[in-house]
Amino acid sequence: MTKPETILDVQNLKVDIPVSAGVLHPVRGISFSVGRRETLCIVGESGCGKSLTSFSLMGLLPKKAIRTTDKMDFLGTDLSTLSEREMAEIRGGSMAMIFQEPMTSLNPSYTIGNQLEEVYMRHIERNRKAARDRAVYLLEKVGITAARSRLNQYPHQLSGGLRQRVMIAMALMCGPDLIIADEPTTALDVTIQAQILHLLAELQEEFDMGMILITHDLGIVARVADKVQVMYAGKTVEEGPCIDVFDNPLHPYTQGLLRCIPVPGKTRRGQRLGSVPGIVPNLVGDLQGCMFRNRCEYAGAACETMGHQATQAGGGHAFTCTRTLDEARRGLRAVEAA
Amino acid sequence: MREPAALETVDVTCTFQVSQGFMKGKKPLRAVNGVSLKIPKGQVVGLVGESGCGKSTLANILLGLQKPTAGDVLYNGQNSATFNRRDVARRIQPIFQDPYSSLNPTKTIKSIISLPLKIHEVGDPSEWDKKVYEMLDIVGLPKRVANSYPSQMSGGQRQRVAIARALIMRPEVVICDEPTSALDVSVQSQILNLLQDLKTELGLTYLLISHNLAVVEHMADRVAVMYLGRIVEEAEADSLFRSPRHPYTRALLDSVLTPDPRLGVPDTHLGAVFPNPIDPPSGCSFHPRCAQCIPICSDDKPSPFVDAGHLTECHLYETEDQRVAAQ
Repeated sequence: MTKPETILDVQNLKVDIPVSAGVLHPVRGISFSVGRRETLCIVGESGCGKSLTSFSLMGLLPKKAIRTTDKMDFLGTDLSTLSEREMAEIRGGSMAMIFQEPMTSLNPSYTIGNQLEEVYMRHIERNRKAARDRAVYLLEKVGITAARSRLNQYPHQLSGGLRQRVMIAMALMCGPDLIIADEPTTALDVTIQAQILHLLAELQEEFDMGMILITHDLGIVARVADKVQVMYAGKTVEEGPCIDVFDNPLHPYTQGLLRCIPVPGKTRRGQRLGSVPGIVPNLVGDLQGCMFRNRCEYAGAACETMGHQATQAGGGHAFTCTRTLDEARRGLRAVEAA
Repeated sequence: MREPAALETVDVTCTFQVSQGFMKGKKPLRAVNGVSLKIPKGQVVGLVGESGCGKSTLANILLGLQKPTAGDVLYNGQNSATFNRRDVARRIQPIFQDPYSSLNPTKTIKSIISLPLKIHEVGDPSEWDKKVYEMLDIVGLPKRVANSYPSQMSGGQRQRVAIARALIMRPEVVICDEPTSALDVSVQSQILNLLQDLKTELGLTYLLISHNLAVVEHMADRVAVMYLGRIVEEAEADSLFRSPRHPYTRALLDSVLTPDPRLGVPDTHLGAVFPNPIDPPSGCSFHPRCAQCIPICSDDKPSPFVDAGHLTECHLYETEDQRVAAQ
């Protein structure tokens, strides 16, 4: 199998936000890459920095946030050097985003048609007829019946599932190379969730796109991801091919998360679920060592000063922990250096 | 004689009059359409279904917040009409989905949890603090949070406060409406464990409303599947999850995404469109989305078929012969 063409390559991305108590570090140096037709899933709990990561790719960070990065290469363009005007060309054009809340991310005072056509006319050509045809074509593609009459409807006239389909159609208006989907199905019913994920996978294949899917639902990750990146407190704690991460989770946080969810057929009724005790740490100020140490069952003295070197487990699977690969595989504590 | 169920609805219907627009007439919307559901003492009954199927309306009726248009609600075998709001609230308490909006942001945790005691004028106000601390301990919160405000707490802690408030009156039944769907996975498991511990410790009965079927399977003894105001399948959890009968239940179960990296995204074969409840389809209301639709489905409403405690409302299962043929 040939390696897919890399669309996006990000190295050492950091986001700092000055707050009254000091500097908040929500994203503290993460690296990833996405290839064509490849799906990268970023998993983590609220506050781990996954949404800010996607916003910083799109240049949608809050004004006072400071983004630094060693490399942010998107199809040969360095995103970190672009001006706001140049970024606006890419955003919605070759890089598009699907937001979490289809209820709030569509403008209630414009028709669906108006909002879809605007994207096309802004990025491709000011030709309303062509824009309208493209909108109808895509609405049909995402499985909306009577597409032409839908164009005159307002968002409140559509159900949640339909609105999310409209959001997907809107992201596809200019034939993007990369789609960033931030919790695209969280607000939807399970049946609709399966349909939307199915649709995204089909469209990705058809339009040759790369996809970054941000979610906290491990069920979704397992089913759609090629590569997984587990984030905790602004850092990647484990990454690798989907099958490896789910079959052999190596970081204590990933292991804990997988024990937390009830799985039909595996967990018995009434049995206690595993849990990750404690809460997410405060990310203000000078942060040292592993941020997971106060919730970790394997934590030792070395965790307070550990660096960010990832331990490779082969095949691109890596984790960041004081335990060696062998210790992690066998579920042992790190041996303290004398 | 058998012990009466802690909570039971008999053929409950709830109809709303929905305006069709300015100067246009109103149309009836049957949010709950003839539901009979028993919640036996000490059990967990799961209620699943898509948004708009009437789950929350049913919960409101059970809580006494909404008067049913027809039918009866029985508490321990007694008709709810003989109780007033306060009596109902003593027996049945809710836990809502969103702990961010269900707690008053201007009150301290202590006053939030003790409010039911105040309303029901239970005991001496000097004992309330003691009861609040006892409750905090039961739900696993430290005493020091008593004087904090909801905004100072995390989502999981707030949900614990909501649970403490629901339990301080020692109700018999707790109605949990999506208790964990606003929470992170690691917090979700803590809350589910807590609910399970409290059930055994305090002998509670739960109605668990959720769209997360994995959670329902983990918690529930019996499960009812609701579609457009009707219960289309109801059975012991084992029976329902092992051998689902109604095509809708099967589609729901198929859409559960278990964390198995070797499986792809399932295709549920359900059409995208949830029908408009103001204008429900003729015959079986599920027939436009059903993969196993037969001619009779669009004309006649199916009637419930019960076999060994497993209720199904589908034309494929109306008689014993059809049931055998469908399998």
